Amino acid sequence: MNFEYQVTGDDYALVGRASSDIKKKLKQLGIPMGTIKRTAISMYEAEINMVIHAQGGSIHVDLEDEQIRIVLKDTGPGIPDLDLAMEEGYTTASEAARELGFGAGMGLMNIQRNSDSLHIDSIMGVGTTVTILLKIGD
Amino acid sequence: MEDDYFHSVTLDASLCKGCTVCIKGCPTEAIRVQKGRAWIIPERCIDCGECIRTCPSGAKKAISDPLSLLVHFDYTVAIPAPTLYGQFRSTISCNRILTALKTLGFDDVYEVAAAAEILSQETRDYLGRDQGKGALISSSCPVVVRLVETRFPSLLDQLIPMISPMELSARIVREREKDRPGSVGVFFISPCAAKVTDVKNPRGISLSSVDGVIGIKDIYKELSLAVAQVEVEENLNIASALGISWARTDGEGSAVYSENHISVDGIDHVIDVLENLENGHIRDVDFVEMMSCPGGCVGGPLAVENPYVARNIVCTRERRHQEGNCTVPAELPHLPEGIDLFWTEALESRATHLLDHDYKTAMKMMEEMEVIRGSLPGLDCGACGAPSCLALAEDIVRGKTTEIDCVFKLREKIRDLTREMIALDSHMPPGLDR
Ligand code: SF4
Ligand code: SF4
Repeated sequence: MNFEYQVTGDDYALVGRASSDIKKKLKQLGIPMGTIKRTAISMYEAEINMVIHAQGGSIHVDLEDEQIRIVLKDTGPGIPDLDLAMEEGYTTASEAARELGFGAGMGLMNIQRNSDSLHIDSIMGVGTTVTILLKIGD
Repeated sequence: MEDDYFHSVTLDASLCKGCTVCIKGCPTEAIRVQKGRAWIIPERCIDCGECIRTCPSGAKKAISDPLSLLVHFDYTVAIPAPTLYGQFRSTISCNRILTALKTLGFDDVYEVAAAAEILSQETRDYLGRDQGKGALISSSCPVVVRLVETRFPSLLDQLIPMISPMELSARIVREREKDRPGSVGVFFISPCAAKVTDVKNPRGISLSSVDGVIGIKDIYKELSLAVAQVEVEENLNIASALGISWARTDGEGSAVYSENHISVDGIDHVIDVLENLENGHIRDVDFVEMMSCPGGCVGGPLAVENPYVARNIVCTRERRHQEGNCTVPAELPHLPEGIDLFWTEALESRATHLLDHDYKTAMKMMEEMEVIRGSLPGLDCGACGAPSCLALAEDIVRGKTTEIDCVFKLREKIRDLTREMIALDSHMPPGLDR
């Protein structure tokens, strides 16, 4: 089954709503705790990224029998150098976002560390699609 | 375990008007209104007391033990929560309050603040031994422990596996009195409803050393009178500012001396921070103090004084203790030999919101839930007695109720029926239809 969320950009107060909602659902479904934690961290990180860099977008979550697929789509500026973006410490967060403590440049690394697969499609000026896969099971 | 589902927080059905005000504020969606009155789902309730604070009719109550329980013991010791000091004007000394408390029928008094001091030190040591688990969460508030069990089980291993100051006080008293012939009764003087539950059905340990939990509000009148009548103050106050500060928010956090601690009070804020901890968003913090009540235990449902006033009084006392123009402590609190501070039982996840143990079945139920939710108006009005349309959908899927609990659905049904009746009305039996 799947769930759709719209995330508005630059509203930091609302960051995390979608991840919280998914977490609640995973708990209702009895998904193992470790998977829930990994999902929470990955999705939250991706959600923040979307708010900081791309003025929001949509999140699509697919709960399958053996895995969770999270697809985040935005129509933001795109990521100029993907390899560089994956490096720890790299950030293009705006001044305002940095002041709030977001965009410390850990985001993508953190997702990669917590998920089973991370795939990013980014076209400059068109947008970015981030696909995260998480296997269900500790 | 006495009764798995015992709860201090209960409903007085004779006062409940069925107004549904309480259902939305409950952090675990444990309340439903059915048949004109509220019902608490026992396995979900964490005794936070939010519903006591919000019920306009005073129908939600916290049950605690009566003073009359003392007669069952040969020797009785009161262990008052530090919050007790916030209930009387700061000009009234701690010794005076403790002396008065003793006159209510106790043979001795031992301050929970003293045990809190010992725990501050022990927690400090525990944090020092790098655990590598991320931020560690205080487990002194029983509501927080239960909230983690039910809603944030992935954080269970971040709870500090130590007994509470109340429990430690009781163990210290038992150790001291172990050679006394006859039965010794230990009574916690409590601002906290959850502690009543925690003594009957503890977490992390198999059996509590506390024999009864007496609500501050239940003895307040007698105690105030006794305070006025004290002639000679006994030197009973051994705790210093450090232990007393545990009554209010950031007391414990500061007493633990962790540079990178945060202190959170109020159940909504606690939930928010737990969400963030689970999301991995809180970094660079090594200790999290969490108190379910606003302002800390001074905001507990069994306290009497306004939490903000109480907090100020507690702070004034702390300052005075620090300045040292208070009676010299009779002895410094220390951990007696042979007392174990650590939990002996592992905490388990209590997935009280689980739809079904079988993933496929749970998934099917969730799909149904989403369909039902889609057909409901989405106003979360609460008139059905459930906290939200989604919660009603969940109750329906669980087979607890039906769609027509929703007033909008009921209207729809009535409208459809009316249409059908009108249609039927114009339909004459063939014999009469000329
Ligand atoms: S005490 Fe707290 S958890 Fe229990 S029913 Fe009341 S609001 Fe809900
Ligand atoms: S904050 Fe204190 S009084 Fe309130 S529930 Fe927690 S331990 Fe009890």
